[in-house]
Amino acid sequence: MLMKKIHSVEFQIISPAMIRKMSALEIKTPDTYDKDGYPMEGGLMDPHLGVINPGLRCKTCGQKMKQCPGHFGSLELVRPVVHSEFSRRIEMLMHATCEECGRIVLPEEDLEKLRRDVEAQPKHTEIIAKKIVAKAKKITKCPHCKAIKGKLLLDKPTNFFMEKERIYPTQIREWIEKIPEQDLMLFGYNPERIKPEWFILTVVPVPPITLRPSITLESGIKSEDDLTHKLVDIIRINIRLKDNIDAGAPQLIIEDLWDLLQYHITTYFDNNTAGVPPAKHRSGRALRTLVQRLKGKKGRFRHNLTGKRVNFAARSTVTPDPFLEISEIGVPETIAKELTVPEIVTSWNKKKIEKLVKDKDKAVYLIRPDETRKKIDETNKKEVLEELDIGYKVERRLRNGDIVLFNRQPSLHRLSMLAHKVRVMPGKTLRINPIVCKPYNADFDGDEMNIHVPQTEEGKTEAKELMYVRDQVISPRYGGPVIILDEDGVSGLYVLTMKSTEFTPEEAMQYFYEIGITNIPKPDRGKNYSGKIIFSQTLPKDLDLEYQTKTCRVLKKTGLCKNCVKEKCEHDAYLKIERGKLKCGVIDAASLGEGSGKIIDALAREYPSEVIEKFYFDTMRLITDILTKRGMTVGLDEYEVSDKIKEKKKKIVEEVMEEGKKLVEKFSRGTLKHIPGRNLEESFEIEMMRLAAKSKEKLEREIMKEKLGPVLSKNPELNTMVMILSGSRGSSINLMNIAGFWGQASVREGRPRRGFSDRLISLNKRSDFGVDAGGFISKNFLEGMNAKEYFYHSMGGRQGEVDTGVSTKVSGYLYRRLANSLKDLMVNHDGTVRTADKNVVQYKYGEDGVFPMKTVQGKSVDIEEEFRLFKKKK
Amino acid sequence: MATSITDHFLVPKHYLLPKEQAEKLLEERGISAEQLPRIQKNDPAIKEFKPLKGDIVKIVRNSPTAGQSIYYRRVV
Ligand SMILES: [Mg+2]
Ligand SMILES: [Zn+2]
Ligand SMILES: [Zn+2]
Ligand SMILES: [Zn+2]
Repeated sequence: MLMKKIHSVEFQIISPAMIRKMSALEIKTPDTYDKDGYPMEGGLMDPHLGVINPGLRCKTCGQKMKQCPGHFGSLELVRPVVHSEFSRRIEMLMHATCEECGRIVLPEEDLEKLRRDVEAQPKHTEIIAKKIVAKAKKITKCPHCKAIKGKLLLDKPTNFFMEKERIYPTQIREWIEKIPEQDLMLFGYNPERIKPEWFILTVVPVPPITLRPSITLESGIKSEDDLTHKLVDIIRINIRLKDNIDAGAPQLIIEDLWDLLQYHITTYFDNNTAGVPPAKHRSGRALRTLVQRLKGKKGRFRHNLTGKRVNFAARSTVTPDPFLEISEIGVPETIAKELTVPEIVTSWNKKKIEKLVKDKDKAVYLIRPDETRKKIDETNKKEVLEELDIGYKVERRLRNGDIVLFNRQPSLHRLSMLAHKVRVMPGKTLRINPIVCKPYNADFDGDEMNIHVPQTEEGKTEAKELMYVRDQVISPRYGGPVIILDEDGVSGLYVLTMKSTEFTPEEAMQYFYEIGITNIPKPDRGKNYSGKIIFSQTLPKDLDLEYQTKTCRVLKKTGLCKNCVKEKCEHDAYLKIERGKLKCGVIDAASLGEGSGKIIDALAREYPSEVIEKFYFDTMRLITDILTKRGMTVGLDEYEVSDKIKEKKKKIVEEVMEEGKKLVEKFSRGTLKHIPGRNLEESFEIEMMRLAAKSKEKLEREIMKEKLGPVLSKNPELNTMVMILSGSRGSSINLMNIAGFWGQASVREGRPRRGFSDRLISLNKRSDFGVDAGGFISKNFLEGMNAKEYFYHSMGGRQGEVDTGVSTKVSGYLYRRLANSLKDLMVNHDGTVRTADKNVVQYKYGEDGVFPMKTVQGKSVDIEEEFRLFKKKK
Repeated sequence: MATSITDHFLVPKHYLLPKEQAEKLLEERGISAEQLPRIQKNDPAIKEFKPLKGDIVKIVRNSPTAGQSIYYRRVV
């Protein structure tokens, strides 16, 4: 391909001579069609301006519809008018120059200095011009010809007055024609290219018909484009003005018509010009003229150029299907029928493609080597088969196994668009395995997603090699898993691998069957099978892992487990996998979770990607099965606490009140100890917050201890605790808020303070800074709050709501700007990061040249793991 | 008190690259001089050297990923 570099682009103003030169026809009549429906000669629909009817030929270039680009015509104005988009520039020139001699009304030495400025800083002419105008406005007498300079006024957008007397475009034109070239340069004009008198229009280009095609409605009535309507108006007034001038009509009438012509030209360019009533269609709708076609969200730029629509795409609601592989996508038959892929005929696949053509409803089009197409249907199959040869293409419908791109907006991520393998299914929705919700940030409350079908071998290969779901399990952002099991997935495997879970041989066989195990392991619990042995079947036979589980972390926080005794942990919180067998420990968020799930990380990193895909498919079978049978649901009784806890809570709340009182007293006496760097009031507020937080922590630990007891010792029916322990959803804080108390309501990291004067709400006494009056909530969600506490709670709640709203907006826009500025940086083959024009940004990608997706949690070498492997080899 | 910001521990060390070395660098890396990142002649970190337009500055930075990384900038 021949590539050329654009050195520079220069914008100019079109000259009347140019308009006439490129004109294929001078428009003379406002009529478009004659009474027989043929375009009028010299009218706006004259075939010299281009063709919009198939079959007809252009009278200018002789080509047919698609080939002829259309040709401009021209319209000679009887009297010149101001181009409204340039009236500001005209005003500037007139302010700065003398009407008599055309010079800038500044002394010659000033002009000399300005000339040097312009030469030194050719990019600052805009600023220099403004300075000239500001200075010249104050001058009343031309220093060159001594003529008196009058006061100029612009009545926007197009009417000029000199000393309160109207000056017409003819006079303006004469004036600015006089400005010498050397003076023009000071305004930043290049006199070789632009003459300011062109700002006054004497001839108007008439756009080709292709730009304003007429539409024939179903009723047979022809409807013209808005631009054509506007042009008809202009021509009509132009002719009327000419007739009146020729007939020697009074000056007043001529001036009225002239203004009308000005109005039509102004609205022809921009029908939203300030100070001009927009021109209306007969129906009362404002016309869509030139500026409106380009401007705004629905304008040519943002609508058609930046946001183009594509072919070979489909969109529908997404719904979950756990029976799909993670890399698969369920495509409805209706969509698969509509989307096509071209198949190139070669000597190797000719037979297959012939079969494709023969089969009913599979091939759609035959594409010849010259790109001409032939629709394949039941009637012409014989001919198609006869013609079909190597080098031809056959466009066939989407079928199982095709690679498609799948995308959910907003695409903030490279993982927002991944490649999937098609599985055609009945129904109307697109289906995905719920595991791949994460990278897309999708849920199933009505989310819609798009598919795109790559049309070339190159496209297909690129998608498959670079974007296939199962190869994207490790995030390129932080080097840990992103496509993970969460929520029910984690709960399910936790329940399966708990110590107490046991299955009869019959039950176990069902599981083995589902994951396709034929080599049945021996039972490990007498006649029965433990959940651990069943889970082990999904692991590769050479996997070795050892780590503390999420459960261990939760227990440590609660104080139930102090010194880790590893394998001997009575709570089964230490996990060990030996040669693909789960020896001890439960499967939870530490094994599966985002960013650090150990099993996922190991499988995705150490094995070919088929392994992780198979693991997800198998565990999905186990999870769906066990959770369907066992259920995963909570009831209010799970949050009922013992009398002992209730007693403790009462005591703790009383303590807080007591301590709070003491603090208030110290504060008002001024004896409160300062926190370094804080004043008395700040110190007091911080102390009050600390007090509340400490009390909450105390009770939280007590409740956790009580609730954990039964789960750890054989009562796994407490599903809230199963979720907290496994890290699948919820935390001890949520439990505390339901079963303990809420504690201090906070707004902006402190106690809420705004409200009524000297108090939070009118239920409190003025100037009470105590615990209760400061927003402390001693109730929980189960008991319910009283009115006062409810308001406190709402204050904190509002802050949260506002924060999420503001931060998503702000961070979203920040991210967009960052992404847009970095989007065409690329790592080159020499390892440098470069911009699109090959300027160096980094000499080595990320300074160390490491691809984060291949790192371990962002580190390029996992020393400990390498050491472990080294020891194992020995 | 006269103190140079180049002595501050947060300011990476800047060196002026001798002509031969600069030429060798561009040659070896296959980079044209215009493609290098730029640095102003009067940038506080290098103005002590009184660099000329077109000189190449070598910067040694501490890097969270690579420990130490080397960067080159062209004086404009
Ligand atoms: Mg949603
Ligand atoms: Zn033509
Ligand atoms: Zn004059
Ligand atoms: Zn432990």
